[in-house]
Amino acid sequence: MDFFLLTIVKAAIIAFIFLTTLAYLQLLERKVIAHIQRRPGPYRVGPHGFLQPLADVIKLITKEDVVPPHVNRTFYILAPFFAVFFALIPICLIPFGPQVEIFGITTLMQLTDLPVGLVMVLAIGSIGIYGIALGGWASNNKYSLLGSLRSSAQMVSYELALTIAIATPLLLANTLSLQEITQAQSGFYFGFLPRWHIFQMPWPQIFSFIIFVIAAFAETNRLPFDMPEAENELIGGFHTEYSSMKFAGFFMAEYAGIVTICSIGTVLFLGGYNPLFPPELGSNFVPAFLFLGGAAILFFHALQAERWRDKITFPLFGVVFLGIAAIFAVPMLWPYLLPVFWFVMKAGVLIFLFIWVRGTLPRFRYDQLMAFAWKFLFPIALINLIITSGLVAVVS
Amino acid sequence: MSEVPTLEAPVVADLRQVLEAPPETRPRTMVLNMGPQHPSTHGVLRIVLELDGEHVVHARPDIGFLHTGIEKQCENLTYQQAVTLTDRVDYLANMSNNLCYVLAVEKLLQLEVPPRAEWMRVMLVELTRLNSHLVWLGTHAMDVGAMTMFFYCMREREDLLRIFEMFSGQRMMTSYIRIGGLALDAPRGWEQAVGRFMQTFPSRVDEYEDLLKKNPIWMNRIIGVGELDVAELVDLGVTGPMLRAAGIKTDARKDAPYSGYEKFDFEVPTFTENDVYARYRVRIEEMRESIKIINQARAGMPGGAFQADAPKVVLPEREKMKTQMEALIYHFKIVTEGFRVPAGEVYQVIESPRGELGYYVVSDGTSKPLRVHMRTPSFGNLQALARLIQGKLIADVIAILGSMDFVLGDVDR
Repeated sequence: MDFFLLTIVKAAIIAFIFLTTLAYLQLLERKVIAHIQRRPGPYRVGPHGFLQPLADVIKLITKEDVVPPHVNRTFYILAPFFAVFFALIPICLIPFGPQVEIFGITTLMQLTDLPVGLVMVLAIGSIGIYGIALGGWASNNKYSLLGSLRSSAQMVSYELALTIAIATPLLLANTLSLQEITQAQSGFYFGFLPRWHIFQMPWPQIFSFIIFVIAAFAETNRLPFDMPEAENELIGGFHTEYSSMKFAGFFMAEYAGIVTICSIGTVLFLGGYNPLFPPELGSNFVPAFLFLGGAAILFFHALQAERWRDKITFPLFGVVFLGIAAIFAVPMLWPYLLPVFWFVMKAGVLIFLFIWVRGTLPRFRYDQLMAFAWKFLFPIALINLIITSGLVAVVS
Repeated sequence: MSEVPTLEAPVVADLRQVLEAPPETRPRTMVLNMGPQHPSTHGVLRIVLELDGEHVVHARPDIGFLHTGIEKQCENLTYQQAVTLTDRVDYLANMSNNLCYVLAVEKLLQLEVPPRAEWMRVMLVELTRLNSHLVWLGTHAMDVGAMTMFFYCMREREDLLRIFEMFSGQRMMTSYIRIGGLALDAPRGWEQAVGRFMQTFPSRVDEYEDLLKKNPIWMNRIIGVGELDVAELVDLGVTGPMLRAAGIKTDARKDAPYSGYEKFDFEVPTFTENDVYARYRVRIEEMRESIKIINQARAGMPGGAFQADAPKVVLPEREKMKTQMEALIYHFKIVTEGFRVPAGEVYQVIESPRGELGYYVVSDGTSKPLRVHMRTPSFGNLQALARLIQGKLIADVIAILGSMDFVLGDVDR
């Protein structure tokens, strides 16, 4: 009973934080891309568009839910649920921290630590494609059909490279549990270089990581691999016929996919919740100092603000940042907060990379994309796997 | 010349026949109706694509969704009024259309415009070329997926539109070039406005090149795509940058100079690759040449009158109209009736940003044209579409469409 209750509490916390993150990830993306393109982005709803996600959600919910007459009704309605369901599940396997004791209960900072965690994540990721494929098929629209066909072919090609890229950290960690993979990467070389897989001696997994990231772009259908959507070619691709919350389902699935794949990348290659440098060098104070710095910048700009409302909002957020810095400065809370902080930082960098690339690169052509996957990524991943397995065999 | 798909060509057999046929003889192709509402057809072009997988087996462009009847409307307006319609033909290169029509009518009238008007026209038409090429570059890059490029190009275009607004009071439908000269004298501070723009713009063109040419994805998408035999291109009536990208050095500014273009020093960029990339490079180089022309025009801008000394055609000054009897009579005649143009016909060609733009004006001696026909470059260029995209992937179709740079208003008139 205790376990049951605990799991529900953890699931509720993770679901709440995850869904909020998804909503604000969309705002972040719009803001970052807007600044790349020299425009302010969302600006009207709340200070600097801060309440925009809320407005978007309200808009999407209150929109008329159109089911076109020519669709295959069952699958048309099922597809977005499929997509969003399988996009949300993998987060429960991601470890945000080690075992902690809270209110006398010892638990992992993770919803569940399956011994086959990684296989589970890959399996669910592969099932997720059914949402897109079914959606495109059931829409009975030629553009959607083309989009979902592209998507299926793309997934098959890139899943291969992705899986082989993932296999190398597994060889090194010798386990499938995501928690244990993270723990295998704790510690430091020479007292400062973290033992993450990306820095693994004597053969750093840097190629594996790059292949993983490239394949991850393809997996999540993001530029430069956004073939299935390609609004300039296929209008909306598989979601052309969708509106209202069903469209929001696909939309959410896309962002959930990004968060998940970035989290997996963090766990496999970037050492999960392990800090960037050892606590002896003061890594425990990094978050407090970061937020302190953020607050200082905000106060500095508040002094020079030209618009009256900036004179209110900037110090307000400065105070919030100060408060967060104060929380991070309490040593008692470190076991709970620091792992989460490092995890979020690393995953955040990866997510930022996703957004940055979207603002920069054009789209591949379909055949080039397939050639790239099969003739370039796949052989490199394979060679890397062979070298790594050879080294692992020799060392052990 | 090899087979060009015609409108009558059957795309699929009757649906019933298809369904009753045994499965192995059923066609493998799918008909995709691309447009008229599609984000990448640049307006309301409809292309009926017959697809085998993602490969285009057969393409059939269908135009006419933006038919405005401008050619016919011109017959009901006086010569001067019709200038306002020419703006709306090619709404991205309005000044070029103004100029071509105005030159044609001036030829009929045998009217000489003062040098200041000529040079100002050249400068504005070249600015229009920049404007048009910027829109082309932005939308072309966006079609290929580089979204950011579009916003960068629009930023520069905004400056250009401000300059146009400064001159004419309008951002797009300027109607600034009039029969007999210009609508108004250049506004105060135009040198600074154009100068400021010209100071930053060359580096911006380099910036675009950096962003695109150093990107392997972009290069792979456009190199070797959309090639067609040069003879066929000529036969189909393709002109302008598309033909220059195929290695034919044709430019009305050099071949048949008008409005004093012979006094300017510039090159006609040509490339021989004849693909989307060559078209891209031609237009980028054209922007650089336009910059040269604009700078020469700015430096050597003559003073003096901006309208011809032709009281029967050009409205008198306000002050004269109020004080002099003759001026008042001319004013009354021009405003109520318009001016009469000697009977005759004339065909005037200029180089618009899209290619060879020709206006055929027929006069029967009255104050309204008997016929105004436009030989628009977009229409000619679009003829090559079906041949260019045959056998290509859908993604290539988009890249090729972008490289052709047509304006549907220009196609349909």
